[in-house]
Amino acid sequence: MRIMKSWGFYAGKQLLRMLLLMGAVSMVTFFLMKASPVDPLQANVGQAALGTMSQEQVEKLRAYWGTDLPPVQQYVSWAKDFVQGEMGTSLLYRRPVESVIGEKLENSLFLLFFAWVFSGILGITLGVLAGMYRGSILDKGIKGYCILIAATPAFWLALLLLLFFGVWLKVLPIGFSVPIGMEAADVTFFDRMRHAILPILTLSFTGVSNITLHTREKMIDIMESDYMLFARARGETTWEMFWNHGFRNVLLPALTLQFASISEIFGGSVLVEQVFSYPGMGQAAVAAGLGSDLPLLMAVTMISALFVFGGNLTADLLYHIVDPRIRRSKAAL
Amino acid sequence: MRTGFFGNRRRRMIFCLCIMILFLLGICVWGLCLEEAAKVTDFSRKNLSPCPAYLFGTDWMGRDMLVRTVRGLSLSIFIGILSAVISAGIALFFGTISAVMGHWVDGLVNGIIDLVMGIPHILLLLLISVALGKGVFGVVTGVALTHWPSLARLIRAEVIQLKESPYIQIAGKLGKGKGYVIRKHMIPHLLPQFIVGLVLIFPHAILHEASITFLGFGLSSEQPAVGIILSESMRYLVTGEWWLAVFPGLFLVLVVVLFYVSGENLRRLLSPGTVHE
Amino acid sequence: MRETVLEIAHLQISFTQYSRGMRRVELPVIRDLDVEVKEGEMVAVVGSSGSGKSLLAHGVLGILPYNASMKGNILYRGEPLSAERVQRLRGREIVLVPQSLSYLDPLRKVGWQIRRGRKEERVRKKLRELFRRYHLEEAVEEQYPFELSGGMSRRILVSTAMMEEPRLVIADEPTPGLDLKLAKRVMEHFRELADQGAGVLVITHDLELALETADKVVIFYAGTTVEEALCSDFTAEESLRHPYTKALWRALPQHGFQALEGNQPYVKDLPPGCPFFPRCPLRSEACREEVPYRRVRGGRVRCCAFFESPNKEI
Repeated sequence: MRIMKSWGFYAGKQLLRMLLLMGAVSMVTFFLMKASPVDPLQANVGQAALGTMSQEQVEKLRAYWGTDLPPVQQYVSWAKDFVQGEMGTSLLYRRPVESVIGEKLENSLFLLFFAWVFSGILGITLGVLAGMYRGSILDKGIKGYCILIAATPAFWLALLLLLFFGVWLKVLPIGFSVPIGMEAADVTFFDRMRHAILPILTLSFTGVSNITLHTREKMIDIMESDYMLFARARGETTWEMFWNHGFRNVLLPALTLQFASISEIFGGSVLVEQVFSYPGMGQAAVAAGLGSDLPLLMAVTMISALFVFGGNLTADLLYHIVDPRIRRSKAAL
Repeated sequence: MRTGFFGNRRRRMIFCLCIMILFLLGICVWGLCLEEAAKVTDFSRKNLSPCPAYLFGTDWMGRDMLVRTVRGLSLSIFIGILSAVISAGIALFFGTISAVMGHWVDGLVNGIIDLVMGIPHILLLLLISVALGKGVFGVVTGVALTHWPSLARLIRAEVIQLKESPYIQIAGKLGKGKGYVIRKHMIPHLLPQFIVGLVLIFPHAILHEASITFLGFGLSSEQPAVGIILSESMRYLVTGEWWLAVFPGLFLVLVVVLFYVSGENLRRLLSPGTVHE
Repeated sequence: MRETVLEIAHLQISFTQYSRGMRRVELPVIRDLDVEVKEGEMVAVVGSSGSGKSLLAHGVLGILPYNASMKGNILYRGEPLSAERVQRLRGREIVLVPQSLSYLDPLRKVGWQIRRGRKEERVRKKLRELFRRYHLEEAVEEQYPFELSGGMSRRILVSTAMMEEPRLVIADEPTPGLDLKLAKRVMEHFRELADQGAGVLVITHDLELALETADKVVIFYAGTTVEEALCSDFTAEESLRHPYTKALWRALPQHGFQALEGNQPYVKDLPPGCPFFPRCPLRSEACREEVPYRRVRGGRVRCCAFFESPNKEI
């Protein structure tokens, strides 16, 4: 019981901090958008259309979008609605933001989930290998790859893959999340995968650099640790040493890092979705930014922040639940 | 064991560093000279694939892609350096006040750091850029405001450690003035870390500038920024003008790698930790 | 005649280092080391802290770090202990008792680590017996290393060795940080191991403790073994051989606590020849040459004073 209580308390504290940060994120986003010199009305209705309208009509429109109130009041009313689950109307899509986001989020999650898992598996594997065989050609190769990939912009790699598989080999489609013109019901998992494969590949390849390098450092520490030395002194083979001790000890920090790196993968997806015309959150963010669509951009920012903070929180709690040093010492409190 | 001038690792590293800096400097200077040349259009030579006269080919308006790429890269490097310097300045400021003042200041700085880290970089950059009406000013501000947190954390930790370290405590007790302690003990210790941190912000700054420009929130489309070049090249990929995307991107990667490797070399040169390897 | 389990002659272990990232230097931490351990015998290698004694254990077990190199002869039961042979034997016939809890995996339960993951009933039974013998509760099996107390951890570390059927036990600094009573108890555990027939090599900085439990003591000074003596030789100063050992003898509490002046030289700036030369009261020019390790009165000594006049009592 006591264990539950102490880490329940901890989790509660972290959750509260996360909510506070979410509030701060929403404020920053809102006032940054408000500070923009671009008039959302002009951007969405168009200069010409606005010119032909009477002053009255324009006022009406402003009232409809709530842009006639002072910014602070606008924020408060936005926040009230948001807490109740109402995100307003997208200026760009002329639909409730919830429905736009719902659809984009589904597409993005599909992409992000696979990219996150693949880059995690690939990154940890490469990092462990490089760390175990430090100084070898393998290690040098993996390190070189990490530097190269860290220096490669995700969108350029996306362009190259598109060029190679889409344009030259013509084996994979060039864009969109499903075949154009196909009824939603006819879209199979295979179709979705075919369209998502290049974006997933791009994100997985570019996402590994950080996790690989960190896992490598951690693995080197472990290989030089006393307990690995003792394991060797007790006659364990390299494989046994890795399986019995190395893997367990490296997995927790590596997983933690991977949870904390959601922000990077999300950032990459904004660029990659743009290149592949993949209708996800990232593309919505870009469209909303270009069109000064405040409600949509607010929603995208809030959701992405939720993912980032959620990832950090998970990472933090993971340590508290899995690591016996923290778990059991908490219990003894 | 190799001997001679290049047998010595330290000397070899310094030599490499010089070559890299010269190369990057060369691109900057060359780019500066190409301001007019990058704008020259000549429809008699449009859509040429790479050839001896135009190594990187030409685009649909007959502009020399090599010239445009170099010009774009030099722009990127300048923007990168400018924003990295500002960013490092912010990091120094926040890291130091957080460590020195402690209490609520520390809490506030940590909160701001969490906040900045909480929004994916690209998204925050996009927001700041939109708020400032895009353009060079928006990009520089955006990159500067998003890249400081990790360096700030590092500086905070270092300053706290320094503050607690025996020799500085003793110096204080011996009646040495605050200014003396900072000048004689703090700065010599922090400076190398700061410089390395600064150099390692460059590659990120350059990449993010290119990315945000690529998305249409950065430099305007009249400027031959790498982001613009690549974003324009997308329209011509399907028709087979691959060189529009491949070469500028390749050079961007090269420049970023060079910055990254220089930073790492600098780190190794300045930190005494690597005794054997 | 008891069989000699371990015989080390002219062991040298050195490190390769980059000084200030510029020059590569060889750092001989162990310069010339000779040790013999017989069946049922407990031998203590005594040297001051930080003199590189632990490397002896790592060297014998073939687990030196990548930037270290080893020269010399190591015979195990009469045959050279090659890298392949030691790989087969370590953890089975040759076991190491490490110096601290950091040698246990922090994320594995203690019981699992002692059993090395083996689950057969025979192994479990043996573990329970060991725990009874060392007065450890069965619940300790389910604990993680960080939960163990200092005294408990030594018994756990000794248990790791006892789980096997060792012929040679190497204990690396088994007593630091323990109070005298506990330290004695730990040493007694090793004495028991020897009495059961294993050869035991204890590496320690504590001469007093070693004298109480061991059969033989090997004195290690600045990378070299200077004397091998029976523990009984320490009853009187005259029966000892090397001036350094005699100085150690005089530094013991019961003999007046006289510390020797000066410090052990750092391996980097060692003079050639006898390492004790700068501090030796009996030094002569001959000490600047290589000094052989010679048998004298049932022990061994590396000192020119004997070389010149073997019969002279010093």
